[in-house]
Amino acid sequence: MLDCTPKEVIKRSGGLINPAKTCQPIGAMYAALGIHNCLPHSHGSQGCCAYHRSHLTRHFREPVMATTSSFTEGASVFGGGANLKTAIKNVFDIYNPDVMAVHTTCLSETIGDDISTIIKSAEVPEGKVVIHANTPSYQGSHITGFSNMVKGMVEYLARADTDGKKEQVNIIPGFVDPGDMREIKRLVGKMGIKFIMFPDTSGVMDSPMTGKFDMFPAGGAQVEDIRDAGNSSLTMALGYYASSTPANLLERNCRVPAITLKTPIGIKATDDFLMTLRSKFTLEIPYELEEERGQLVDVMTDTHHHFYDKKVAIFGDPDILTGLTEFVLSLGMQPVHVLTGTPSGTLGGPQGIFEKEINEMLAAARLEGRVKAAGDLFELHQWIKNEPVDLLMGNTYGKYIARAEDIPFVRVGFPILDRSTHPYLPIVGYRGALRLVEMISNALLDRQDRDAADEDLELVM
Amino acid sequence: MSTAAPNVIEERESSILVKGRQRKSHLKCDADSIAGCVSQRACVYCGARVVLNPVTDAIHLVHGPIGCASYTWDIRGSLSSGSELYRNSFSTDLKENDIIFGGEKKLARAIDELVEKYKAPVVFVYATCVVGVIGDDLEAVCKKAAQKHGIQVIPVQSSGFIGNKSAGYQAACDALLRLIEPRSAACPPGNKHEVKSINYLGDFNLAGEAWIITEYLRQIGVEVNTVFTGDSKCSNLQKAPEASLNIIQCAGSMFYLAQQLEELYGIPYMRVSFLGLEDTSASLRSIAAFFKDLQMKRLAEELIQRETAAVKSQMEGYREKLKHKKAAIYVGGGFKAISLIKQFRELGIDVVMVGTQTGREEDYQTLHDIADDGTVILDDANPSELERFMTEKGAHLLVGGVKERPLAYKLGVAFIDHNHDRKHPLSGYVGAVNFAREVHATVCSPVWKYARGTGGGNYAGLPQC
Ligand code: SF4
Ligand code: SF4
Repeated sequence: MLDCTPKEVIKRSGGLINPAKTCQPIGAMYAALGIHNCLPHSHGSQGCCAYHRSHLTRHFREPVMATTSSFTEGASVFGGGANLKTAIKNVFDIYNPDVMAVHTTCLSETIGDDISTIIKSAEVPEGKVVIHANTPSYQGSHITGFSNMVKGMVEYLARADTDGKKEQVNIIPGFVDPGDMREIKRLVGKMGIKFIMFPDTSGVMDSPMTGKFDMFPAGGAQVEDIRDAGNSSLTMALGYYASSTPANLLERNCRVPAITLKTPIGIKATDDFLMTLRSKFTLEIPYELEEERGQLVDVMTDTHHHFYDKKVAIFGDPDILTGLTEFVLSLGMQPVHVLTGTPSGTLGGPQGIFEKEINEMLAAARLEGRVKAAGDLFELHQWIKNEPVDLLMGNTYGKYIARAEDIPFVRVGFPILDRSTHPYLPIVGYRGALRLVEMISNALLDRQDRDAADEDLELVM
Repeated sequence: MSTAAPNVIEERESSILVKGRQRKSHLKCDADSIAGCVSQRACVYCGARVVLNPVTDAIHLVHGPIGCASYTWDIRGSLSSGSELYRNSFSTDLKENDIIFGGEKKLARAIDELVEKYKAPVVFVYATCVVGVIGDDLEAVCKKAAQKHGIQVIPVQSSGFIGNKSAGYQAACDALLRLIEPRSAACPPGNKHEVKSINYLGDFNLAGEAWIITEYLRQIGVEVNTVFTGDSKCSNLQKAPEASLNIIQCAGSMFYLAQQLEELYGIPYMRVSFLGLEDTSASLRSIAAFFKDLQMKRLAEELIQRETAAVKSQMEGYREKLKHKKAAIYVGGGFKAISLIKQFRELGIDVVMVGTQTGREEDYQTLHDIADDGTVILDDANPSELERFMTEKGAHLLVGGVKERPLAYKLGVAFIDHNHDRKHPLSGYVGAVNFAREVHATVCSPVWKYARGTGGGNYAGLPQC
């Protein structure tokens, strides 16, 4: 019934059908929620803000607070400067955050409001900060928006004000769930390195039930820490698309060397992450982490026969996809379709870097697959019709394809609108990889059980 | 206003009142939200989209950057008995170049490609904010495409900044009027059916609600000509002028359409509500009364008796468990809020706070009239206000939309979605029981026992249920 996708692939140039991305401001809003005591502000009409809040609320199941400039027709003709100034005044009068993080929308970008000038001429109370990011949605995706807001944090907050650098590392975690951020912090903590993570939505978007509503929950990166990030001796940007631009800016502004790594999803990317920490800070990997790694390898060997030759289609955000693709390859699966909605050359980087990276992984495994950036789910569905797969991995929107083609489906990425607990549980690190193994093999084996004839139903698998 | 808390913004004071405390029962509403507020309100496009989206065999093409389309992809929960085309997300995905040089060409291409692929009878093209600013001539593009493909291609003027959600309802209704506008003399206005035939306005068939009501009406001898717009098809909607009566459920979105249909096609309209036992029965009676048909009146009475009897013991069971609980209401339109107050009364629940996003002055007048003394009434509330009044009034339950759910839960307040995310039909007699069941499920859940251990909060339910 839900299958409206024809098999025959036709060339299209008139927009997207069933997008695999969304717009910049929601990424900026999410990033801003990762600063302690920060109120995101949407500079545009109220609709965008309402949509972004609802969408985040559906994924995280948490209240999402953000204000809007509430553009009306006047603002769209004369510019939104007056609205933003009023908004700044009201935000500090009423909600009193430490930081107000303004992002633009398509509308204010098209009108051409000059946000930094407006902020400079606004009355900002002593000790408070207004930061901003330009987030036009007709470029990039929500990942670009996340990156731009983190760039705004660096621009407005980070300062190099000590002689020499401190023995501490900055971690920019990328657009991942708070549970992932917690896990990354745990790993770095176990390594015994002082770190500053920003943004950090743990404790904000996974806050506990207390019987009270906190406009500003306890978590989030402290402003002083983001300031101090200018004094660190290294920045690790996890995920090229979400994190490298702000890390590079920090290098330029404060001369903190930046390294961009994959989001540590799967065994190899987690190894790379820890090894980099080890070599940069000449430390030993503690036994506990060795043990976790060993346990993961143990489970991978126990289960590898389930994965042999299984074809999988993966879609979602580019930084997540590189790690996931690498990991399913290390399990012995064949990622034959890999698609992101985010355009590949968004960051002014070389065009096609996403496709190149994934294709190299496939080539190394002597596989061929369809790989595409700036694609949509209509296209992915057509690919699957032409080359069927045993498993689909991606966000909630994959459920239509999974149903139409009757394939097992593992939900991972953003947004997940029809399941819960994902914000709390990591997919990064060795523990996260263990969880991925569990999710993937459960999906495959549940299907095998469902399809088995009575005489084939096995107790031990 | 003496009762306002210090953290209520001054400009907001005129949008809040407490029944019995102030002499004037006049509330400032329908005003624009204030810049810098955490408003729960949506935009014109949102309003237009929710009204039109249930037209199942249409191509709903969002002309704008990707976000506006992404966030509205199949979130409405309206069910279809036929085509599932409306559950796909179509966007022109405007890029920088389109913003600079205009998006008309891309739009024309998108329409061509989609029509070729899906052979739909109608395309709705939604304008978003950016389109309003870059000045694409939607009319012209749509007109050309319509001629080229021989189908209807209808622009929806829904740029977000031209007003709030209500303006979007109107934009959607204008689009519907264009759809049903007679294109030939084949269907002259006033050529009414012999059978008792009505249009049912303002039901979006969430969880199959329109099907329930259509069935009741069938049983009393009334044929539903078309629903606006739950589970509707282009061809049904075009027959709208043939009906002899329009009944309106969600007045906020459809009042304007009803007025227009009366003016253009001479179809009278009547407000109804199928939320709760009392309103459902009253509505069926007034429909029967309209047709002045004794047989129909008798059938209606029989149906009312039969259905009421069927749910009586269940309703009483819930009432026993739920009475004297306190509820807060924060929903989209005023009419729904009014129905909810009555529905809570049927369950013995006291309403301590009621607010809407887009209620109109006369809605607030009615709300004020039927509310108990001390009830807080507010327009376009922000989360702090909702929190404050729910806590102050000791609400056990909040009825709201997606953004309010986690807020309620954090406060230890039970929650019901009376919006797109609802899971069971809440209309009619069955719906009244479902509603009671949902209230019971959340208010009396054992989770609150553990939640209470965290300190603070209102904590629904316990101990008596
Ligand atoms: S206008 Fe732009 S910012 Fe607003 S929802 Fe649409 S795409 Fe996103
Ligand atoms: S851009 Fe305009 S139309 Fe789109 S969501 Fe924002 S306010 Fe609504």
